[in-house]
This record gives sequence, C-alpha cells and structure tokens, in this order.
Amino acid sequence: MSTKFGLLAEYENPAQLYAACERVRDAGYTKWDACSPFAVHGLDRAMGLKPSTLPWWVLGIGVAGSIFMFFFQIWSMVYAYPFVLAGKPLFSIPAYVPCWYEATVLSACLTAFFGNWALSGLPRYHHPAFSSKSFARVTDDKFFIMIERRDPQFDQAAAEALLKDTGASSVEELED
Amino acid sequence: MANTAPSTSIALPDDPNVRGDIALEDPVEGREALVRGDRDFHYITEAVCRGNEAPLLKTPSSFVFGLLLAFAGFLLFGGYVGWLFWEGPGLWGNNNPVSWAWDIVNFVFWVGIGHAGTLISAILYLFRQKWRMGVNRYAEAMTIFAVICAASCVVLHTGRIWLDYFLFPIPNQMQLWPNFRSPLEWDVFAVNTYFTVSLLFWFTGLVPDFATLRDRATVKWRQLFYGALALGWRGSARHWVTYEKAYQILAAFSAPLVLSVHSVVSFDFAVSQLPGWHTTIFPPYFVAGAIFGGFAMVQNLILPARAWLGLKDIITIHHIENMNKIILLTGSLVGYAYGMEFFVAAYSGNEYEGFTFINRGFGPYWWAYWIMISCNVLSPQVFWFRKARTNVWVSFIVAALVNTGMWFERFVICVTSLHRDALPSSWEYFVPRTEVLFLAGTFGLFLFLFLLFVRFFPVIAISEVKTILPQANPHWEGYGHAKGGH
Repeated sequence: MSTKFGLLAEYENPAQLYAACERVRDAGYTKWDACSPFAVHGLDRAMGLKPSTLPWWVLGIGVAGSIFMFFFQIWSMVYAYPFVLAGKPLFSIPAYVPCWYEATVLSACLTAFFGNWALSGLPRYHHPAFSSKSFARVTDDKFFIMIERRDPQFDQAAAEALLKDTGASSVEELED
Repeated sequence: MANTAPSTSIALPDDPNVRGDIALEDPVEGREALVRGDRDFHYITEAVCRGNEAPLLKTPSSFVFGLLLAFAGFLLFGGYVGWLFWEGPGLWGNNNPVSWAWDIVNFVFWVGIGHAGTLISAILYLFRQKWRMGVNRYAEAMTIFAVICAASCVVLHTGRIWLDYFLFPIPNQMQLWPNFRSPLEWDVFAVNTYFTVSLLFWFTGLVPDFATLRDRATVKWRQLFYGALALGWRGSARHWVTYEKAYQILAAFSAPLVLSVHSVVSFDFAVSQLPGWHTTIFPPYFVAGAIFGGFAMVQNLILPARAWLGLKDIITIHHIENMNKIILLTGSLVGYAYGMEFFVAAYSGNEYEGFTFINRGFGPYWWAYWIMISCNVLSPQVFWFRKARTNVWVSFIVAALVNTGMWFERFVICVTSLHRDALPSSWEYFVPRTEVLFLAGTFGLFLFLFLLFVRFFPVIAISEVKTILPQANPHWEGYGHAKGGH
C-alpha cells in the first residue's frame, strides 16, 4: 500500500515562486519546501527560513584545528624530537606561521564542505519528489513548492486550493 | 534585445557563432547583458549539457583526435615517470651548482597557473563580479589539473620517490616529525591545502549541475554516474541556504589562499641566502606572476573551447576583454617587479647581488632573460588598445606568449641564480638532458584530464549562470519592462 507524501505545485518563473512562498509561509505551514534550479535571491526570507548554522561549525572546528596545529608544532619541534636545523630556534612563531595558517584553512574548509552536505541531509538515495515526472525539470527551468502531509495543519483541500490560487501551473500528489 | 543592453548602438546579428565575438560600446548607463540574446533558463541547460550528452560513439572525430593526442602525451608522462623511477634524477641535466632546474621550474610554472582559477572562483566572487559565472567552472578545472601537474613535478623531484611520505607528519617508528620551520615543509602544507580546498570548492559548485545532467540522463550509465555525483541534490531552498553559505565560506578561505600559496612557494627561494633569491619582493612578485600566467592559460583554453562548444553567447568577448585587462595589469606588475629587482640590487651596493642581476641580463643565459622580458612585459602592452583586447586572435597569441614567458621567468630565477655559485671553481652551465619529455608529459597529463573534463562534466556553472539572467530576479516583470532588474 502506498502512502501519500504531500502536494507538489509547479511554477513557471522565480517571480511566481517568490510570491507563492510568501503566501505559503503566511498560511502557517512548517513542513514544506521550495525547489528551484538555482538559488533564488531572497527566497529564504520569502519562506521565513532561519540562517544556516554552518558558519558556527566552521568557526568552532576551524579554531580547534588552528589551536591544535600551533601546539602540535611546538610539541614536535621543541619536545618530541628537538633538532636544530639551519640555526633556527626550536621555538619560533614566525617559522610556524605557514603550516599553522594552512592547517586552519584546511580544517575550516573541510568543515564547510562536509557540514554543507550533512546539514542538508545529503547524500540521499531517494526523495518522494523524484517520483514525479515533472520534477525532473527542477534542475532545468521549473520551480516547485511541496507541502508535506506530516505538516500539523495539512489539509488536502485547503493546501491544494492555496497552491492553485498562487498561480501554480499544476498541482499533483506525491507518493511516499 | 535592446532592453537587456539598454544603450547598445550596434545591432547584434542572430548568428550565435558570430554574435559573441562582437565588442559592444561601453554603455553610458546600465550594463551589457552578460549572456547575449534573449536567453531563457532552458537555453543555458541545453547549451551546456549538449556537449556532455552526445552519445559516446558519436563523439566528434576532431575531439577524439585531440583526446588521443593528449593521451599520447599522458602515456609519455607515465613512461617518463617509470624511467625516472628506474634511473633516478640522473636523467636530468642538473649539476652541482644548478641543483634546481626544470623539475622546480615546471613545479612553479604549473602551481602558478592554478592561481587564476582560484582568483576567478573566489576573489571575483567576493567582489560580486558577475561576469565570473561564465568562466569559473572552466578556470577551476584548470586549477585542479594544473596543481596535479605541479604536485607530480615536486613529488618526482625528490629522487627517492618511495620515501615521499616523510613529507607528511605521519607518526612513525623513528618518532621523527617533518621540520615545520623549513620552507620546503611549508610548501607541502600550502600545495596540499590548496589542492584540497580547490577540489572541494569545485565539487561543491558542480553538484547542482551534476543533478541537471542526472535528471536529463537517458542512458543507464549516465543516470548512475551523475546520480552518484549529484548526491541526491533536489534544488531545495532549505539546502540552497546552507549551500550558498558554504560557497561563501569556501570563497572567503580560498581568497587568502591565492595570495598565500605562491607566497609560500616564493619562500622556498626567498628564505635561502642566495643572491637573486634572497629578496623581500618575492612573495608579491610571485603572486602577480602566478595570476598573470594563470589568466593566460585560461585564455588559451577558453578561446578554442567557446568556439568549439558553441558557447559564445555565454562566454562573450566581454569576458575575454576583462581577462585581458587583468593580464595587462598583472603583466605590468610583473614588469615593475623585474625593474625593482634590478634597482634594489644596484641600490643595495652589494656586489654579489649586483653581479647576479647583471649576469641575468647579460651573462650566459641572456637569451632566457630577454625571452622573459619580451613575452611577459612587452607583449601584453598591446592590451592598452581596445581593438587588441577584443580580438580573439590577438588574445590567443599574447596568452601563448605570456605562458612561454612565465615558464622562462621561473627558469631565469632558478637556473641563473644558481649557475654562478659563490665559489667560481664550481661555476657551470646547465644544459637540460631529458627534461623536455618531462615538461611535454605534464602537458599531456594536463590536456588529457582537461579534455575528459570537457567531455563529461558541465564546463559552465549552469546553476550560477542562470542567476545572472534578468528573469532570475524574483522582481523581474518580463522583457516588456526595460528596467525590470534591480
């Protein structure tokens, strides 16, 4: 037995999508999403989305990586195997700077990269929207809104009427 | 068309193979549309994916020929590496004072080329230069492949290649650590970080475009291949928010990387005590040179590609002109650095320093020095003229000259400073032996990877170019409204 996932509405351009998102947001839905071939400028505000938490992860792990590398250099150069080379002092902050800096950048960028996918729940094998034929153009030139059935105030008829009223060119039901 | 390019006086022809090469007047107000013609989102998708989606067996024979040629170069590279493993660096003409020669020349040459890609993808992004969207994917790919070539040179130059893991801080039975106070170790960190960050940045940008190719795929292998690479991307606005933040963060970290990587490479020279190397001007001079050479390589790759792939509406002459302006600027900076080196050598009153520079221009390697000056300083000066900047042939030839000149710059720095040692009894002239094959091999590796990229990956950042079309603005009201944009 197949269960229903929710409703999928298709729009022709970013202007329609933007206006529709404002309507859906104001109608009080929470479990819904908009999909577009590119990042539509300002859509996060039209949808009432909170800013991403990614920068905090990057800051935290970047600082941790930075501190680790600084002390790792001190430990390995001064304590673990002290060895004078080229007459440089064992403890020399200027000489530590390049590796210190690169390790900071590397830890921050790895966090930004992996955090980006992790916070979005990607990679993901399947999503109900992919069962829709028209959704294949989400990465080309069509724009979509989906309202999920598990939204507390989901009502099939009301949601369908709202989406149709916002100028959707088609509204269809998604299988889970 | 008039409404997207408000003050265009020239009527553009309809032929997309010609239209992109016509330079428009600088408008008095407003700006020239970045994508020519009244293009919609679907056109961008089609134009970019067309090349990737041709069936494998129907790949144009000219492309197959190019790929085979590049593959031959790649085999040459592999064969040379095998020979080098067997014989050791005795294959090279390196001698006692000239212990760094083509191995390091090639390394600095290739790692420098990468810098233009990062400048386009990161610094121009942070400065909101929207024209970058048309060329960034291409330039980033160039960065990745150039750094692979650079890394192969530097990995192979150590001689006992199987001990290269000593370069990394890996806990080992001797309880030894690499010397973090050495410029050569800084280089290991800088180049590896640079490669990793460039790769992550490139892949992040590619994911939405892989999703486009996945959704359009008609054959099983393409569905699986692009499906795996697309990570299940569905263009969700909730994902775009994090995605754009990640992109900004990666750009913000890559921007100082552009400046730091070649600075660190220059420390390999500048931190030594050798006259001609031990100068404070090296970091900025190397960075300017890297961007200069990198943009020349972008031009050399993009000019044939935009014609061959029919992308002239997306990569217009406007892009070419912008990059030529950067070539002119950085070329002049490099010229200034050459002059300043001579001035400082004279002004310092240090006779060793003075000798090194006189010797560069008029010693046994005078020819290398003057090839460098004429290619790097003189040839880009034609770009003061708009006619030259907006001509594809002039752009291509100057870019090729600049690439040659930048290779010779590294040759001049490495070899001429070394071949006149402090001890006249060890003075020797360096003559390469088999190194030409090494350089040719790295070009084969580079072009082979690049042609595979062109065949299988989207060469234009589809999802980014769509955002610079006027109708991508959510407040756009249609072509009938001239001032529909911001």
